[in-house]
Amino acid sequence: MSDAIIESGNVAAAMAVQLARAEVIAAYPITPQTPVTEKLSELITSGEMDAEYVAVESEHSAMAVCIGAASAGVRPFTATSSNGLLYMSEQLHWAAGARLPIVMCVVNRGIGAPWSVWNDHQDAISQRDAGWIQIFAKDHQEIVDSTLKAFRLAELTHIPVMVNYDGYYLSHTYMPFETPEPEQVDAFLPTFEYKHALNPERPESLNTVTLPDARRDVKSIQRGGYMDLRHNLHEEMRLAIKVWQEIDQEFQKVCGRGGAPIIDPYRCDDADFVVVAMGSLANQFRDVVDRLRDDGLKVGVLALQIYRPFPNSIIAEALQSAKHVMVYEKGLSYGYQGALYGDIKSALYPYPSRPCLHNFIVGLGGRGIPTESLFQTVKTACVQDEQMSPAQADEPRWIGLQL
Amino acid sequence: MNPGGLDYNYEDWTTIMNMTAKTSVLNLTQEEFIYPGNRACSGCGLSILYRIGLKALGRDCIFVVPPSCLTVMQGLFPIAATQMPVLNCTFASTAAIATGVRAAMKRLGRDTQVVAWAGDGGTSDIGIQALSGALERVEDIIYICYDNEAYMNTGVQRSGTTPQGTLTTTTPLSGKAEASKNIPAIIAAHNPAYLATCSASYPLDFHDKLLKAKEIKGLKYLHIQTPCPPGWGCEERMTVEIGRTAVETGLFDLYEIEDGQMKLSGPSQKLLGKTSLRPVREYLEMQVRFKALSDEQINVMQAEIDQKWAGYRDTF
Repeated sequence: MSDAIIESGNVAAAMAVQLARAEVIAAYPITPQTPVTEKLSELITSGEMDAEYVAVESEHSAMAVCIGAASAGVRPFTATSSNGLLYMSEQLHWAAGARLPIVMCVVNRGIGAPWSVWNDHQDAISQRDAGWIQIFAKDHQEIVDSTLKAFRLAELTHIPVMVNYDGYYLSHTYMPFETPEPEQVDAFLPTFEYKHALNPERPESLNTVTLPDARRDVKSIQRGGYMDLRHNLHEEMRLAIKVWQEIDQEFQKVCGRGGAPIIDPYRCDDADFVVVAMGSLANQFRDVVDRLRDDGLKVGVLALQIYRPFPNSIIAEALQSAKHVMVYEKGLSYGYQGALYGDIKSALYPYPSRPCLHNFIVGLGGRGIPTESLFQTVKTACVQDEQMSPAQADEPRWIGLQL
Repeated sequence: MNPGGLDYNYEDWTTIMNMTAKTSVLNLTQEEFIYPGNRACSGCGLSILYRIGLKALGRDCIFVVPPSCLTVMQGLFPIAATQMPVLNCTFASTAAIATGVRAAMKRLGRDTQVVAWAGDGGTSDIGIQALSGALERVEDIIYICYDNEAYMNTGVQRSGTTPQGTLTTTTPLSGKAEASKNIPAIIAAHNPAYLATCSASYPLDFHDKLLKAKEIKGLKYLHIQTPCPPGWGCEERMTVEIGRTAVETGLFDLYEIEDGQMKLSGPSQKLLGKTSLRPVREYLEMQVRFKALSDEQINVMQAEIDQKWAGYRDTF
């Protein structure tokens, strides 16, 4: 294990990608992702990293290069943010449908219009149903570790993985973190292999038009149609929860860090009130929880580390003893509620204990999230919301509006 | 030459190719790279190009194909008509996907030729951004655009290369109002390693240009006028005749650009010696899609062709 490094979250991501020995890097600049790709291009140009850097003309093409490289059997990487992620949306669906083990860092940022370069989670949330695994990192160390583990996860499941981390809050702040030694990573992450890699010696036609029904091939073996392939993607994505847990254990053996791959609870054991959040916000809540505990309130915070596949039973079981659950999030499904909130609500439905749920929308487009306001809103919810009707509590509440 | 009907293997045949200036039916390899019985329409110009083009490219190739007639022709899962490895990709991303495959080949230390093969819509409209990027980065790929001058796979809608006055399902009654984009000129402005125009009616010219392209590093762009009987409104037997007439009337020119120098090639080069060419009206009257053209429009077209060829005669 190397000594602690103090660097930005973007550099942490780049260092993980270097350690993962990604061989084709394609990227298009967008704030706040840009320093990741600047760092990678610097590492490649200086000879510290052995890879091809492709300076593409769009994010759509960035993902295209990754699709091409992965289909030909080489480990790719890209990173993007915000509108860049949306511009590659078609390619995201394509990569997932093609079952390509691609890893991408998404440095979360609000979506235009109007333009915002600041942080929220709407970019990732809007791509929730693209068939990608979505991981959320809370700090710089998790950016490194999640990125390394993401390569293993993608390559074991043949499902692409998005590692999300908050723009500016994590991407541009400098924090200490450790990186594993290259030999440790090599032991953890075997060489990239893609079963159907394009090869003239064994020609295959990939992603061809696939009919609604199963069809026999030239050897009379029945091959599934489109719906069957989609079913398999879904089923194998569900299994990815277990695979992610196993990978975390392997990683822990090698690097000594991990243990909370799905949810990361903080002071939740006896908590009557549990805050659920993703990304750096969940870490910010630890201070809030400590202060509320000092005030005698039994509060905890549960960080959700993986959003898709959604660990519904794990999270529902973790919330069985809570009386109130407050979901704080930086994105929503317009016209309804926070996306995470809706997911947690549906996860709890089959379980005997259904705590009262509260939905808070915070920090859209980088709107400041003072720890004091988190403290006040949680405290108010703990103390006063007992009287709220479930229907009232079910409406999302916007924190920090300046209307 | 193919004395005694010997079936040369690929290596022998390549050697022969290198010794002969021009491929003919006598020395064209008998090896086939696509199975008979594919889904192309009868009279399809693309199927001629694909069959003959693959003979030039050989087996050490990976194809990148966006939505197009070729997607369908190559076969529907789980049956493939093609014998080549193919990566089907999204419409806008052909040249970028090819870039990714090429980068992988470089990493793997393989010389495998990456061949992007798209239609005119996939090249001139939705795919031009990715292609421009690949040209600017000097990607080492072959990019083939088979230009049947409309979106034929979706049922004959106008594209950027549809000629002015052409009837399509989205330019009905009076035909397309706007002039077509000159895609080879746009590509030429990027200074590609090699640029050639070809016609499905001269498949051996295409074949030999591909052989040349294979030997050149950088982005090689081949633009092929490809008659399409259902889209152009003609009988299936007219495919080759119509393509030849486009060349012989001086409307569609076969040329190559290397080191920034353009030179007419093959059948178009032969036209330089002629004082007058076949009237373009002969080409137009072979196809239903040009029925909306007025005499005045045809006269303007003829005058443009005459002016272009006067320029060629001065230049070459």
